[in-house]
Amino acid sequence: MNWRIHWRRRVEGPLLTPRSFDLTVLTMLMVLAVHAPHLPVWLSLGLGSVLALRWWQRRRAPGKTPAWLKLPLIALLTLAIVTTYGTVFGRAPGASLAVGLLVLKLLETETARDARVGIAFACFALMAALLFDQGLAATFGVALGLLPVLAALRSLEPAQAPTTLPRQLLPGLTLLAVSLPLTLFAFAVVPRLSTPLWGAPQDDQARTGLSNEMSPGDMTQLLVDDSPAMRVSFDTAPPPRNDLYFRAFVMWNYDGRSWRASTPYAKPEPVDATDRVSYAVTLLPNGQRVLPALGVPLAAPDGAVLRAGRVLARGKPVDDLLRYRLTSALHYRFGATLGPERAPALELPAGLNPRTLALGRQWRERFHGDPTAIAGAALALFHDGGFSYTLTPAPLGRDAMDDFLFSTREGFCEHYASAFTVLMRAAGVPARVVTGYQGGFWNRLGNYLLIRQSDAHAWSEVWMTGRGWVRVDPTAAVRPERVSLGAAATGGGERPWYQDAWLQGLRNRWDIVNRWWDKGVIGFDALRQRGLLTPFGVERTDNQTLAWLLAAGSMLFGGAGLAWAMARRNRIDPALAAFRRLERKLARAGVTRRRGEGPQHYLRRAARALPGQREALRVLMEQYLQLRYAGDEPADESLRDFRRKVRDFRTARVVQ
Amino acid sequence: MRAPLARLQQWAERRLPALTRYRRAEPLPIELHRRRIYIVPTGFGLGFGVLLLVMLVGALNYTNNAALLLTCLLGAASMTSMLLTFRALDGLSLATVRAGQAIAGQPLDLHLAFAAARARESIRVDLTGQSRAFHLAAGGEVELVFQLPTSRRGWLALPRMRVWSTWPLGLFRAWSWLYPEQSVLVWPQPEAKGPPPRLPESDAAERQLHRGEDLAALRDYRAGDPPRHVAWKASARHEGLLVKDFEQPRAHEEWRLDWRELGALDNEARIARLARWVGEAHAQRRRYGLWLPTQEIAADSGSDHYARCMSALALLP
Repeated sequence: MNWRIHWRRRVEGPLLTPRSFDLTVLTMLMVLAVHAPHLPVWLSLGLGSVLALRWWQRRRAPGKTPAWLKLPLIALLTLAIVTTYGTVFGRAPGASLAVGLLVLKLLETETARDARVGIAFACFALMAALLFDQGLAATFGVALGLLPVLAALRSLEPAQAPTTLPRQLLPGLTLLAVSLPLTLFAFAVVPRLSTPLWGAPQDDQARTGLSNEMSPGDMTQLLVDDSPAMRVSFDTAPPPRNDLYFRAFVMWNYDGRSWRASTPYAKPEPVDATDRVSYAVTLLPNGQRVLPALGVPLAAPDGAVLRAGRVLARGKPVDDLLRYRLTSALHYRFGATLGPERAPALELPAGLNPRTLALGRQWRERFHGDPTAIAGAALALFHDGGFSYTLTPAPLGRDAMDDFLFSTREGFCEHYASAFTVLMRAAGVPARVVTGYQGGFWNRLGNYLLIRQSDAHAWSEVWMTGRGWVRVDPTAAVRPERVSLGAAATGGGERPWYQDAWLQGLRNRWDIVNRWWDKGVIGFDALRQRGLLTPFGVERTDNQTLAWLLAAGSMLFGGAGLAWAMARRNRIDPALAAFRRLERKLARAGVTRRRGEGPQHYLRRAARALPGQREALRVLMEQYLQLRYAGDEPADESLRDFRRKVRDFRTARVVQ
Repeated sequence: MRAPLARLQQWAERRLPALTRYRRAEPLPIELHRRRIYIVPTGFGLGFGVLLLVMLVGALNYTNNAALLLTCLLGAASMTSMLLTFRALDGLSLATVRAGQAIAGQPLDLHLAFAAARARESIRVDLTGQSRAFHLAAGGEVELVFQLPTSRRGWLALPRMRVWSTWPLGLFRAWSWLYPEQSVLVWPQPEAKGPPPRLPESDAAERQLHRGEDLAALRDYRAGDPPRHVAWKASARHEGLLVKDFEQPRAHEEWRLDWRELGALDNEARIARLARWVGEAHAQRRRYGLWLPTQEIAADSGSDHYARCMSALALLP
């Protein structure tokens, strides 16, 4: 067997014990597991099988994998990553390469030194997984990955009392638990960078979420994505469900296939608000430059500006958790006069959707251009015309709206909003599509509204003389539950099992923990850090103060740790302790024990000095000698008796 | 990495004798405490620290608080492991040292007993290039055996030994130098070959003195035996003639080994020769006595007597 000779290579230093190797493999497995969600499936499976094979091989015969096997594997890994991503730079390809090399490093791990290097880089790889997802679950998964790391490092030390594998993982947990206070302190006071030292990573991952483009059928992926999009807490009671429309994009341009959010002019329409709602939004990173706002926002928060359609536009994309406060109107008159935007609000691509345009023109003539009546006719068509709501509609052809209105008659909010707007424009009513979120889950425990990506919605706004832009939700005509109950109620049997209503309810309630995590940990930025000492009367905590705080706190923690480490827990012998007590009592009576005086001699002397206690002292002496010198281990009863007698011993002064 | 560390250690040893191995010898038991345990990061610990720094800067740069939390957790765990490294040695004591017996040039077995109230893991002891690792149960005691090289007779002071540990994570290394105030006795090396001891009993005249005095044994008659040696009375009860055997030498004559008889040699040669004779006498289970300028040891036999004689030889000036 030629190959078997090749497996056994000469290695320097003592070989890893099987237990150490198992723990190192477990560490790599954890790294692979926390990276699996964003690695290509074939890479995860491939690396997993390399890991398994290596484990099996080393169990049979320790030895490095030969270079003729290792080098092609490295080349194969690099090649596969380059063909998949086109590059080895960037977050996802970089992570794939790092995890791959880490697993391949195990092929030559034979000594403690190799294992240490591998484990240290495993720590780095674990941290890298958090660049993809820093949610609560992901962070806990990664922290769990530290257990095999610590256990593997421990197992590399020589001469240990033998234990089982699970028991070997336990001390790591204790170590982490003990380190938690220092961790939290350091986390709170490590000065944050106000500007990054080098470019933040480009978000090369296609994030699901609303986009500034909408074509019917696009949102299907979005509507089954139940990741949180934003959380809203209101200063007063939450508005009724039917008013929970969060506008993000206003779309004007329609090219026959998709709607685009290009603004024809920059000035926002004036608003005549009849009520006001103040609220705070925590927006999860979505890579977009728009801040969703309830109803119609009255003013823009810092870092954003109001655009046409009262859209809140932001200069930088939202790549980190963002909190902002807003005041909105739920009942309003908005854009009472229509200026140069009338033309783009009526524009339709030429030569497309002839039947839809014909229907629009027909309605215009029938209702003499009355926008309310025309909108009513369109809603009546959706309600009574045999339309159905489905998340998996039939695909549409070139004349998409014609196909939808006159043949397929099935779709979801995008289809209805799009068709409605096209119909309105054809009938001469200025109209536009608005996308955003609708509904959400009211978390009673945390008093906040949780809006998931699946709450994404599209509706229309039509302009009516005297009333301005009026929101019309054509989806509600087909499926009223979508608006009154929320997205979860509409899906029917089309949602995957994990979005089952009951489970979904549970997940919605559990979201409060995620919110706490997002608020307390992810959202703890430079701004929040500056207000860290506000409860102690310091308004702005600058970096210098933080550095001082960090130094002082480290000293404090270090001092506490040292005090613990150096404490000598001398458990004094109970019989001796009781005898010392007797000594103190006798010393108060004037009989002090001399240096080097034995207990027997001392107590005899005491008995001579205190004739009143002679008998008691004789008994005590006998008992003490019995306790100290009679047996190996004094009996509990006699010990208790001796202590009681010492306690009850009184040195009544003898009147001389 | 290793060379500068070694230089730093040399510098520390020169400059801070109290800190390092140049402390004075002390009586047993030696208990390790905070004043004599030193701790520095290992090479791996330094590398790990650099890695943590990179992780910290990365987490801060990408304003990734979860990664920052993880980095802080790892850092805090590393710091805690430093305390554990210290505690691995703190309170450990070298309870007893028991030395075996060896002649100069041969390794001497040295038994070191370590004890501690708490359980210990992965403690290492370095002594004259040898390294042993051990673990201890709570309240237990462990005995390590080292081979101490010897070169010359006499008292050999125990070398300084280093007790160290990188428990639990290998990030820090705590160590302490132990210098027990105890010496072990190395016996002199016997000379390789030389004359046997000149004994008064080996003179023929001396042997004649014994003839006719005590009857050693009876044996069969051999041609040429003088008739007056025939034991007639015993032969009458026997088939053949029996002869009284007077000439048989005593099986184990007593040796009186004397320093003064070796006047022609120098001190060490005398000691080496006496050591060889003592060794031979011991091997032949002979009774022997030893006269030395420092003391006189009465004739006796057995290993205790051998050890006494060898120790006396070892201690000669």
